[in-house]
Amino acid sequence: MNRVPMEGKVLNENARVAAELRERFCERRVLVVNLISSPGSGKTTLLEKTLEALPRAGRVAVLTGDLQTENDANRLKRYGFPVKQIVTGGTCHLDARMIEKHIADWDLSQLDMLIVENVGNLVCPSSYDLGEAAKIVLLSVTEGEDKPLKYPSIFFKSELMVLTKTDLLPYVPFDADAAIANARRVHPEMEVVKVSCLGGNGLGEWMNWLERRRQVFLSTLAQPVG
Amino acid sequence: MHEMGIANSILSGVAKELQRRPGARAVKVGVRIGELAGVDPDALSFAFEALTLDTEFAGLAIDIEYVAPRSRCRKCSREFEVRNYELLCPACGSLSTERISGDELEFKYLELEEPESAATGRAEPQVAESPVIGSGAAEIRAAESRVRELEVGKQ
Repeated sequence: MNRVPMEGKVLNENARVAAELRERFCERRVLVVNLISSPGSGKTTLLEKTLEALPRAGRVAVLTGDLQTENDANRLKRYGFPVKQIVTGGTCHLDARMIEKHIADWDLSQLDMLIVENVGNLVCPSSYDLGEAAKIVLLSVTEGEDKPLKYPSIFFKSELMVLTKTDLLPYVPFDADAAIANARRVHPEMEVVKVSCLGGNGLGEWMNWLERRRQVFLSTLAQPVG
Repeated sequence: MHEMGIANSILSGVAKELQRRPGARAVKVGVRIGELAGVDPDALSFAFEALTLDTEFAGLAIDIEYVAPRSRCRKCSREFEVRNYELLCPACGSLSTERISGDELEFKYLELEEPESAATGRAEPQVAESPVIGSGAAEIRAAESRVRELEVGKQ
């Protein structure tokens, strides 16, 4: 018997494609964010409000992933931005190849930001790098405040937690402070924005976060490599 | 449920390694998985078994090292293993600590049986051609339906 060392990531192929994508996004100066949450936490609604708030001339595009149907893309196309649906046909997450394929006929130099809405799933998408600059996790107040501890992987890897549906806080036993504390146990640097897409509270803060993140992204590009 | 895709990627890695070692047979593959990688070790073992059954990888064992996350203290630079998401530095008590690992999903080693006859030239170089390589949804769906068959068989 002979034991030989093996190196490299298990998801080597995905990592390779993601690295290529990241390089392209950096070259074209496109901030890419990857929105991840359980089904029904409000990713598509937050996206609708985001597109609604953006100037029509904004250079923003959206990729939205689902197991089946073009429903989300149809919802989002109304705002006049380029939107493409990724139908995974049963696969529970997006991978880098799907992103590569769906942006193939987009001119990235015409974009400042690409928002990817992952398949509703708090587990699997966390393992697949899409070449994004930042992962963003959504948690709605109708879920349990211990979700960051139950699904630590995605909270560990996300820069921002968006607490959604906060207009429901008076009616549900959700403890927002405990949820934030739990998220920061897993990821001490986690940033948090509280949003109600229904009432509009916090949407300004969310839009500011995106713009600030884009500025940070651009400033890292300006720095000499190495 | 994405453990099937992960198991598939592990087999792709093994097949690639075998291509460089004609005639060798893989016996065991070692991987390291962080607790924050979002991969369940039991589900991965099960998926791995289902994918290798009745293929040239039948009997290939998987050795999963499931590792706790590690943090580093910003004040005293001590590195420590994180248990139960404890942020406190065990050396100086500072709360200002940063996570430095925990989401590993990487290969460690491959155990091989090399052909004894390699030197005599009797061994036929076999390039492993796995029936399960590829990360497409179709392959994963086919594999998942096999798992369902196995699960039905177990009952």
